Amino acid sequence: MIEKREKAKSRTSTHKENKYSLFSLAKNAVSKHKNWSQAWRSPELKPEYDIVVIGAGGHGLATAYYLAKEHGSKNIAVIDKGWLGGGNTGRNTTIIRSNYMWDESAGIYEHSLKLWETLSHELNFNTMFSQRGVLTLAHTEHELKEMTRRVEAIRLNGIDSEVLSPRAIKQIVPIIDINPQLRYPVMGGFIQRRGGTARHDAVAWGYARAADQLGVDIIQNCEVTGFNIKKGAITGVKTVKGEIKANKVGCVVAGHAGVVAEMAGFRLPIDSRPLQALVSEPIKPILDTVIMSNSVHMYVSQSDKGELVLGAGADSYNSYSQRGSLNIIEGMLAAAVELFPVFSRLRMLRSWGGIVDTCPDASPIISKTPVKNLYFNCGWGTGGFKATPGSGHVFADLIAKDEPNSIAAPFSLDRFVGGYLIDEHGAAGVAH
Amino acid sequence: MSSQRFRLREAGRLDRNAPLKFKFDGKIYEGFRGDTLASALLANGVHLVGRSFKYHRPRGHLGVGAVEANALIQVGEGNSTEPNIRASQVEIYDGLVASSQNRWPSLLFDLGGVNDLLGGLIPAGFYYKTFMWPRKWWMKYEYFIRRAAGLGKAPTGRDPDRYEKMHAHCDVLIVGAGPAGLAAALAASKTGARVIIADDQQTFGGSLNRETDCYINDKTTVDWCKDVVATLEGLPDVTMLPNTTVSGYYEQNYLTLLETTKPHFFKSTIQQTRHRLWKVRVKQVILATGMIERPLVFANNDRPGIMLSSAIREYINKYGVTPGQNPLIFTNNDDAYRTALTMRQNNINVVAIVDVRENPDSELFRQAKEMQIPVHVGFAVVTTRGYSRIKSATIMKLSSNGKTLTGERKVLGCDCLAMSGGWNPAIHLFSQSGGKVKWNDELATFIPSEATQNVLTIGGCNGTADLAKSLKEGLQAGISAARLSGNKAHPPATPSVQEPVQSETRFVLPIPTQKNKFVSEKVFIDFQNDVTLSDIQLASREGYNSVEHLKRYTTVGMGTDQGKTSNVNALMLLSQILDCEPEQVGYTTFRPPYAPTTIGAYAGRNIGNLFSPVRTTAINPWHEEAGAKFEHVGQWMRAWYYPKVNETMRQAVDREVTAARTNIGILDASTLGKIDIQGPDAAEFLNRVYTNAWLKLPPGTSRYGLMLKEDGMVMDDGVTTCIKENHYHMTTTTGGAASVLEWLEEWLQTEWPNLKVYLTSVTEQWAVAAICGPKSRELLQELCTDIDLSDKAFPFMGYREGTVAGIKARIFRISFTGELSFEINVPRSYGLSLWEKLLDVGKKYEICPYGTEAMHVLRAEKGFIIVGQETDGTVTPVDLGMDWIISKTKPDFIGKRALSRRDIIKADRKQLVGLLADNATDILPEGSQIVEEVLPKPPMSMIGHVTSSYFSPNCGRPIAMALIKSGRDRMGQTVYIPLKNKSIAATITNVNFLDNVSK
Repeated sequence: MIEKREKAKSRTSTHKENKYSLFSLAKNAVSKHKNWSQAWRSPELKPEYDIVVIGAGGHGLATAYYLAKEHGSKNIAVIDKGWLGGGNTGRNTTIIRSNYMWDESAGIYEHSLKLWETLSHELNFNTMFSQRGVLTLAHTEHELKEMTRRVEAIRLNGIDSEVLSPRAIKQIVPIIDINPQLRYPVMGGFIQRRGGTARHDAVAWGYARAADQLGVDIIQNCEVTGFNIKKGAITGVKTVKGEIKANKVGCVVAGHAGVVAEMAGFRLPIDSRPLQALVSEPIKPILDTVIMSNSVHMYVSQSDKGELVLGAGADSYNSYSQRGSLNIIEGMLAAAVELFPVFSRLRMLRSWGGIVDTCPDASPIISKTPVKNLYFNCGWGTGGFKATPGSGHVFADLIAKDEPNSIAAPFSLDRFVGGYLIDEHGAAGVAH
Repeated sequence: MSSQRFRLREAGRLDRNAPLKFKFDGKIYEGFRGDTLASALLANGVHLVGRSFKYHRPRGHLGVGAVEANALIQVGEGNSTEPNIRASQVEIYDGLVASSQNRWPSLLFDLGGVNDLLGGLIPAGFYYKTFMWPRKWWMKYEYFIRRAAGLGKAPTGRDPDRYEKMHAHCDVLIVGAGPAGLAAALAASKTGARVIIADDQQTFGGSLNRETDCYINDKTTVDWCKDVVATLEGLPDVTMLPNTTVSGYYEQNYLTLLETTKPHFFKSTIQQTRHRLWKVRVKQVILATGMIERPLVFANNDRPGIMLSSAIREYINKYGVTPGQNPLIFTNNDDAYRTALTMRQNNINVVAIVDVRENPDSELFRQAKEMQIPVHVGFAVVTTRGYSRIKSATIMKLSSNGKTLTGERKVLGCDCLAMSGGWNPAIHLFSQSGGKVKWNDELATFIPSEATQNVLTIGGCNGTADLAKSLKEGLQAGISAARLSGNKAHPPATPSVQEPVQSETRFVLPIPTQKNKFVSEKVFIDFQNDVTLSDIQLASREGYNSVEHLKRYTTVGMGTDQGKTSNVNALMLLSQILDCEPEQVGYTTFRPPYAPTTIGAYAGRNIGNLFSPVRTTAINPWHEEAGAKFEHVGQWMRAWYYPKVNETMRQAVDREVTAARTNIGILDASTLGKIDIQGPDAAEFLNRVYTNAWLKLPPGTSRYGLMLKEDGMVMDDGVTTCIKENHYHMTTTTGGAASVLEWLEEWLQTEWPNLKVYLTSVTEQWAVAAICGPKSRELLQELCTDIDLSDKAFPFMGYREGTVAGIKARIFRISFTGELSFEINVPRSYGLSLWEKLLDVGKKYEICPYGTEAMHVLRAEKGFIIVGQETDGTVTPVDLGMDWIISKTKPDFIGKRALSRRDIIKADRKQLVGLLADNATDILPEGSQIVEEVLPKPPMSMIGHVTSSYFSPNCGRPIAMALIKSGRDRMGQTVYIPLKNKSIAATITNVNFLDNVSK
């Protein structure tokens, strides 16, 4: 008890001037912002840690943060081959929602959404989680039926969702074309009002800063080259900066999970493919809600800066190069113009790609592995950003206890042996 | 109307006989044909044209073309308005309407300007540190942040213009038609190579158009350029694309070019093509993209009237406009002296040249002296004054290390400031191509080093500043590109060049500011996003030291100009702060497009009717005439039901369903996927992809099959028929046709390349009319005389070829309704004729066309599944109660191993059952969830869902199918469907309703 209090005390005193608030901002304005301390240290890599987390993206940093905060782990390093937040954390379209159909998915994503709702305060870093609603459109009779199934499942799981008529959609999204003559007319949709977007970089930075304050060493530019494994158990990690001894290793390397698993001597049921996104030039607000359309493969929101943020479908071939094919962009933008005719004269400012690791059932892996004390958190496919806090939270629990909790358990690697898949591809969309 | 006070009497190349009127912010101005909005506004002395993004500082014109960071304008009105257009990229026309953006209430008095005074409170990344209290208020803060952000406004409606796409291949693509690019084109084209040369300006020539002090082969640069263009125009294999921005560089030398084909905003009554998006596959790319001038970094370097020095030269020499009558030049190199000399030649009073170099020594320097332009060597501009336009600049002497200021302050009055901080090669496309860049100390910038695709860089893009060398590089590159792409070539003669020789640049970054001021003055790095020197310092202080962190934290380089003028300055500053080489700081990766590109151009013509075109069957005209209602099924439009006058959907479907069981129903089944399978291993192939046995299927017979994915889940189903030995006709679901073919091809090509099997899609080749019902044999007999249709001669699952209504046909005796049924396939072009004949002759049997809805009801009455409705990728054949279709003896088939897995053989899996609502009038909503026990409110534990639900006229009540956990063990049990407002009780039954319920 005493120890705990002392620890809390030392934490606040070391990082006193680092507390972010309007007050501290004003105070620092007087000193011309010369007294801000570093958001995170750049520590030297130590030769030994209790726990090494590979991958300083949102998920990895969250994992380290919760390990330090909730499990009292002290000697933790997060290592990354590049700069923190440089993978899919900084490349996604920032959509957050928990309106999944299967119970297992609802479990993890709702857990995550609840953490999002208090995250800025938790981290003392404004992640700009904006609950502007996520509206999913249905364009065919078949999709309407699928929507009923999904909405009913979401409702009975106690998660918010609301079915909307085309007219109600038009009220929320005045720029959408609901003409029934469209090739894919808007026949209805459903909205999760608690869903929305967040500032992706801020999530990585917020977790990095908070983890750093709890003593976690974040080591950037520290690429993993191999593992030390003795008698089937992990003993350390080989990196370009030297070998690190570790009792436990958690691996969260979206886009490269298969590659790193191979270094540890096993294979993952994962496909790695490029997924593209793009932004328009900033314009005054025209879109307050996140819009998703599965049948035309596009999703769009407008950022606080005013840029339209659009996402497309994944390329159909495997690749590790962080760029995709032009035809995907062309198809998605045609769909966007169909639904939102005013987009036509706006201009694309930047497009980019990230690599998504996707499992055969389009659900993630949060799991122990064939190597003892080596854990993997991967396979989030096209939608990992929304899971960041929840994923880190349950993964920390798994690493600390060597057993998955009830939220993580369904996502074990073992499901590909047993066949208990959590198929989130959505229904196949075919008929006689 | 304002007179064009700043128009020069002689200079420039525009049509002074064609005056044009245009409107900016409600005021009418005059310009000439050939003017851009920027040059015309400058001619009228209008510098204040915009406000910056964050601080709403007054801003003017900075540069020309894609580099412009400040002068972003809203052009046009209503549907055809466009935001964020660079004033220098808009050709004016009579009646042009433009306005400034991101200001309220007016450009001169903008309330947002208060942000400038709050500057101390809102440094880089301030929003990460505040707006967190109270917790729920972020959305409220955000509301105001969103409205303050953004630049221009979106159009109000559908785009009136049209966009096209072009596809091309060429030997050599030259990007940029400046001196190097033109030389390359000249050399390459003479070899017979197919050449495309593109430039984002309307006139070819690039920097040649702004220089008057150079000569090539004793001609002025403009004349030389004209000659070259004339030569190129005469060559058949050269495509010249002015007004074309090369925007993207993808894998395998695949590039996108955006061509502007009509003056941007020219109003017209007919729809015109506005842009063409070229997609070009190139053997050898030559990047002659030139250089971008770099701003100097000093306090208040952002005021209207402060411009890049080369831009000013361009305005004078190309547009005959001077941005000021009393300009001041501020430079760290010789090039800006050319601007001073040009101005003096045009009788403009150059206030002074302020040169940070201590001992400039060059011909240009001496000329400036000779022309009695005051030159302050070793001096720097330390701040400026002026609100809507620069009024004065304060200069001071720099210390020898450039870090501090000494001596007296001198204030120099001016109405314009030309700044030159050196040059950056435009390496964007090279970087997009995957090429690596390296730091060059002499130029203090990154230049291309290692290419990963077939690309050459020449001239300015390569860091080559002087004309003679650029031309030489261009000629050499043109020759070698042509050779690499397989053409023979001889090097042409190198032209003689006269040009001013330039001496070294002195990089002083940043220019020191004066201390002890009450207000700290802002030193801008990124003009559009208002990123200042102190922002860069703050980011680094806080640990955002990776160049990507710096970019994302401060937003430097993330504006619509994509950092064309700011990136190099920012990373040089970062490297100074970190005390390391810029090479170590590195460079953020460039992303396509090079400059913002119209979204409509990517969509092209693939919108409206051409967006994912609808597929229709040969019989579709009849459906339309019959007043059918349609539904989308995959890409197809299918007849859903055929309502008679005053009939509801339910009434129509009931009538159709009843007819099919009592008389004859007829369905257009043409959309079913059809794959022709041939080859000696065809039977073996089928045996591997279906779960049941296929090796012994005799010719003339059909079999139903299920296909599984590797995970054991049902993927598709259909009937496959043995036409003759080694020749099969497979049918798939309508929606699954393409993916099944891809799936089969993948297995054939990657897993079983030894199998000799050939697959051909024949979905479109056959039109199919399915007749169904007790009288269908009689009807068919009337039209088909060459086949014995008796049950014995042509049994169920039989296949015959013959003639129906005089048309050669394939007839399958298969059934999706449980009734006697024949599926008649004829070549597509005969489909309508067959259909009409069947209906005509069928009249006496009261034949009734039925649509997809009746088809669904008919099959559900018999408990037949529809893949995608009863299945969703998580359902095995066993779950469906179709164990009978899984061969126990076959050594293997796709999905076999998966079916024996631990969780697949569990008893509590969801299983397909029938569901009858206890109240015989309730139709259960499809997709609704099923529980064992209804709780007062969620969460409730779900045990399954309703997959199909209809009113069945033949059963006289609603029927439903459902997937329910351990469903087959629950026969007769009651479950509940909790809807939002009520719960429905239902009993679990067998799925064959017709045989169990009605009889």
